[in-house]
Amino acid sequence: MKKLSDLAKTIRSKNAGVDKITFDIIFTDRGIYEQVLRSKALTPTTVAKLYGIEESRIAEFVEYDPACAIKFTIFRRRPSGSAGDSDIFGAQQYAPLLEVKVDI
Amino acid sequence: MPSIKIICPNGHLGFAPLKPDSFQRGVAAGPDYIAADSGSDDIGPVPLGTDTSTSPEAWQRQDLEAMLLAARRIDVPMIIGSAGDTGTNSRVDRYVAIIQELAKKHGLAPFKLGYFYSEVDKDRVRSAIGSDEPVLGLDGRDPLTQAELDATNRIVAMAGVHPYRKLLEQGCDVIIGGRSSDCAIFAAAALHRGTTEADAYYLGKVLECASFCAEPYGAKETVLGAVNGNGVTVTAMHPDQRCTIASVAGHAMYERSNPYDEFVAGGRLDMRDCHYEQIDPRTTRVTGQRFVPAERIRVKLEGAGKVGERFIGIASIRDPYTIAHIDEVIAWAQAQVFERFGQSGYELHYGVYGKNGVMGELEPVKTPAHELCIVVQGVAPTEEMAEEVCMTGTRQLFYARLPEVKGTAGGVAFVLDEVLKASPAYRWTVNHTLAVDDPLELFPTHTVTVGA
Repeated sequence: MKKLSDLAKTIRSKNAGVDKITFDIIFTDRGIYEQVLRSKALTPTTVAKLYGIEESRIAEFVEYDPACAIKFTIFRRRPSGSAGDSDIFGAQQYAPLLEVKVDI
Repeated sequence: MPSIKIICPNGHLGFAPLKPDSFQRGVAAGPDYIAADSGSDDIGPVPLGTDTSTSPEAWQRQDLEAMLLAARRIDVPMIIGSAGDTGTNSRVDRYVAIIQELAKKHGLAPFKLGYFYSEVDKDRVRSAIGSDEPVLGLDGRDPLTQAELDATNRIVAMAGVHPYRKLLEQGCDVIIGGRSSDCAIFAAAALHRGTTEADAYYLGKVLECASFCAEPYGAKETVLGAVNGNGVTVTAMHPDQRCTIASVAGHAMYERSNPYDEFVAGGRLDMRDCHYEQIDPRTTRVTGQRFVPAERIRVKLEGAGKVGERFIGIASIRDPYTIAHIDEVIAWAQAQVFERFGQSGYELHYGVYGKNGVMGELEPVKTPAHELCIVVQGVAPTEEMAEEVCMTGTRQLFYARLPEVKGTAGGVAFVLDEVLKASPAYRWTVNHTLAVDDPLELFPTHTVTVGA
């Protein structure tokens, strides 16, 4: 078992427009990227569970081979910058991914 | 074979200043254009709603000065999109005025300045709402309604390449754009040089955030993009940065919900079959991109509507028993606000830092830290009411009645015993697209000669 933060080079989150936040997990080693894919540690189901949201809140989930990256996008509960929104840029929502355990 | 080189020194001009060393390296590399985007909807709806910039004018002026002096010195066009964070008419006018002042300050030889506006009259949008081509919602939103339009204070349309191309065709040396697709700023210049649409839009896509497409991470450094008939190349200008296959391909996914498509007014850049190739230590080449023209031109609209005046209160807690019962403490303070103001007609929000202040409902960690900071937002139709809502919601945290608390002299720590006036609260009311027959319709262009 390894932590995702030990395997990926970049784990980040950012707004994708005003209604969505997108998450990028980028690997530099294609072999590790493929092992993470095979491990099924990151799927729409595991991600929805990690964040405590319905799977229908996930707008996209993409395995992006050219960049050895896994990318998913969720709908925001309220548009960015609305009163009560705590992260206008959506830039600090990735932290729970760091600790995800990967069976490799 | 059409070729073009463009440098981009900053991914959001004004938001943080460009770095001069890599910029001068980029200028020395002999670009055909110097271009940067200056806006974003990342900054939330307040600047658009209040028609202000979120960036200090000093930073905007510094970057505009660096770019203008370099562009005039090497005699290449300078292009700025989404002026002043939002691209509203007042921001375009302000950038035009800054360019004119800088030209005078430095005694620049006469040059042609082109600019265009992006604000959209609400009546234009209203007429579309009732037509057979409704104003369609993006990202799961319903078509725009009259009520949401009525709740909107200001709308900007997002320009594609069209107004830039028109101004380039008119021989402009400096272009200040209203709200625009980031990549259109660069794509317009490439199309003006006769490149393919696929290469032009990919060039724009990769350059729009400057050194975000390079590694190691370091923002606000200049990158150079080129089209030479054999794909798009992108090169880092900072000596310690590299544009690698991973960094360039990784950038394709930045800030969009999927990594394959980039939508602009007039079409879609398809990156499914992109091939990335390292051609020198700091340069990656990209081929295989495709551009798919749209059957109908739809222009993205962004609109912000005012929710109310806003105040912020701050309170923090160290008592472990109080921390363990934080939800009851907040419920108490909220109840005092309900008692005074009822339960509607205003907004009251608690951000509990140390518990789930950053992530809210998305936070999987349920254990609070040993201390908490609570930021209270009160939003109401008038300043007086917003201040009192916020004050009640903050100060009553002090008086929350917990049965077994030992410290009965005050339940929270205050850094201030007042609440602070904040920016008014706005929300994104419009994130939609409008069909147009003429891609220039919403973007009136102007030119003026500047300089001695």
